[in-house]
Amino acid sequence: MSLLFEPTKGMTDKSMHYCPGCTHGIIHRLVGEVLVELGVLGKTIGVAPVGCAVLAYDYFNCDMHEAAHGRAPAVATGIKRMLPDNVVFTYQGDGDLASIGAAEIIHAAHRGENFTTIFVNNAIYGMTGGQMAPTTLIGQKATTSPYGRDKATTGMPLKVSEMLATIDGAAFVERVTVHNVAGIRKTKKAIKKAFQVQLDGKGFGIVEILSTCPTGWGQTPVESLSWLENNMIPYYPLGNFRTPEEAK
Amino acid sequence: MATEKVIMAGFGGQGIMSMGQLLTYAGMIQDKQVSWLPSYGPEMRGGTANCSVIVSDNLVGSPIITDDATASVVMNLPSLLKFEQQVIAGGNLIVNSSLIEIKAKREDINVYYVPANQIAKEIGNDKVANMVMLGAYIELTKIVSQDSIVEAMKKVFGPSKQHLVELNKEALKRGAKKVQ
Amino acid sequence: MAKILMKGNEAIAEAAIRAGCDCFFGYPITPQNEVPEYMAKHMPKSGGVFVQAESEVAAINMVYGAAGAGFRVMTSTSSPGMALKQEGISYLVGAELPSVIVNISRGGPGLGSIQPSQSDYFQVTRGGGNGDYRIVVFAPSSIQEAVDLTIKAFDLADYYRNPVILLGDGMIGQMMEPVEFNLSKKTNLPKKEWATTGTNGKRKPNIINSLALASEDLERHNYKLKKKYDEMEEKEVMHETYKMDDAEIVLVAYGTTSRITKNAIDSLRESGIKAGLIRPITLWPFPNKAFNEIPKTTKSILVVEMSMGQMIDDVKIANEGRLPIHFHGRPGGMIPSPEEIAEKAKEIVGGAK
Repeated sequence: MSLLFEPTKGMTDKSMHYCPGCTHGIIHRLVGEVLVELGVLGKTIGVAPVGCAVLAYDYFNCDMHEAAHGRAPAVATGIKRMLPDNVVFTYQGDGDLASIGAAEIIHAAHRGENFTTIFVNNAIYGMTGGQMAPTTLIGQKATTSPYGRDKATTGMPLKVSEMLATIDGAAFVERVTVHNVAGIRKTKKAIKKAFQVQLDGKGFGIVEILSTCPTGWGQTPVESLSWLENNMIPYYPLGNFRTPEEAK
Repeated sequence: MATEKVIMAGFGGQGIMSMGQLLTYAGMIQDKQVSWLPSYGPEMRGGTANCSVIVSDNLVGSPIITDDATASVVMNLPSLLKFEQQVIAGGNLIVNSSLIEIKAKREDINVYYVPANQIAKEIGNDKVANMVMLGAYIELTKIVSQDSIVEAMKKVFGPSKQHLVELNKEALKRGAKKVQ
Repeated sequence: MAKILMKGNEAIAEAAIRAGCDCFFGYPITPQNEVPEYMAKHMPKSGGVFVQAESEVAAINMVYGAAGAGFRVMTSTSSPGMALKQEGISYLVGAELPSVIVNISRGGPGLGSIQPSQSDYFQVTRGGGNGDYRIVVFAPSSIQEAVDLTIKAFDLADYYRNPVILLGDGMIGQMMEPVEFNLSKKTNLPKKEWATTGTNGKRKPNIINSLALASEDLERHNYKLKKKYDEMEEKEVMHETYKMDDAEIVLVAYGTTSRITKNAIDSLRESGIKAGLIRPITLWPFPNKAFNEIPKTTKSILVVEMSMGQMIDDVKIANEGRLPIHFHGRPGGMIPSPEEIAEKAKEIVGGAK
């Protein structure tokens, strides 16, 4: 018998609470696989703040901190400064990172903190029930933008990767997607690179991952995959925005 | 049982705070109970600076001096106007007459006029005017000795400024002489 | 060891370093700036870490991270900044993380003033953060006591796995007094086996967390925390009494105000009024016992605070309705004089006769 599938040691056996069709599970697995492949799982400390991934401490098979809403980059700063030889990552959603935690992420990048941020952008607040996020698209309906997001009163969706790429301390910035297999493969590569940047001591790295929220978007899982492709990618272009060479 | 409660005041840059700290340090060297309390806030950035120093044989209670100063050492006009009032009857007021042209109003206190900046210039550095004032103050009150102030200087100034000790010592002496 | 003359803020910082503080995270705010400045200068020399955070909010969360990783950590701030830290303080308690938080308080509400004030009593003893929690609060009245309590705070924090607050005010922060640094005897503190330092594949993951979605779990957690608070109440109360034996009027004051009150008591006694002082050193746990021991000669209590009356609530609880309680307070950064306190006491004693 040949082995076709094996769960990664980077994750625990705990069954996840994520909604059907949500791509958080895929992203968790990619992070777990990368930590194992890089051989750093045993020295990794993750930080997951409030949001859909608040229970990530149950899923990752490494030391974990749950953190206050938006504050993961500050918590990670405290850990990494004291344990510079360990691997530290934050796992944050878009409401968390781009709204309430905007100051923390900008200044962690600004100081060039040597940790890695996995930024899951699904254009909505999932955990609290589908409210508008800074990343919600124009016209997109959310429970707090019931008539569709209006640029005149709520501004344009925030492009986090582009913004952080303007900061010298951000060594690695890349936007990827997990709505199809090719995208998932590229996402894993980007995550691996971002952790490698940390292992090389080159400074702050962030991977922004476009992700689905069928429940929050009011769509079936399949619909949500194509909605991501047709609506999010045109506004949030995929690609690398910064590499360590540029960071110099 | 002596307790000296002195307010030292002037404008920023006159060395008011360090004059107070040297007195406090000297008191500590002589095993007295001491406290040093600065004014802090916008007045720190320019304007008038003052500090309250208590040197006592007893435990210091409140470090604040409110209308019960045994002495005021004032180095500019606004300080005279403000702190002449705070001295108790029979207390001492030492006025830097180089910069303050008017006379004190009170008649129930001992007022001494010391041309501190002029004396400082005579011995070579305008900046030691504060030490001239301090010299006068400790000569009048005998709360600490000149030697203790000099010892405090050695600790407070740090090794890079030891060459200034002699000049400051001279300033103390000249200040003392002025009120003898 | 010879005494040295130090500013309160700097002495607190030096005491922290000597107590083995590994890292400091802070943000500028008057009148505590000498603490981060001293740390920035001296932490690197002792192999420690100093980070100026982007806000008080970030600073307390850096504390959360470093404390969770098992290090001795401190932050300092002043009143409005303390308000911003409350979120993180609640998380520190919930996740049972030791840390030392210094609040050199100033007048409020709002931006208020930068002058000394005691209007943060509620904020530090009642908790501005969410949830049921208690924190030991030290309120030193001299620089030496600030030093001693800072050192003690680190041990208590580690022992209880709970933050400890050191509450001073602008005067404690800014004044200079002689101090010496006496390190406490090494207490037998448990190893921080819960710290997130990486599993190295040898143990189950350690998790620093304050979330418990199941109500039963959270209730159990709160009972566990309560046990610690009970132990703190039993073991950690500190207070000082002054001339209490035959007191006809008992003044209650802490920190800076207690020094001024002592002067008032001395002058009252000179004029034939027998006054005494209860000075809480821990604001929580509050020295209730001291109030049970008030002598039979006492007719009334006078609470003196640099606020509109906050500690007075705890005095009322401790007094259990036995004696009439009066209040004298100066808010907004104004400091009461010994004369006005004595005057108030005379009024009360005169009225009682």
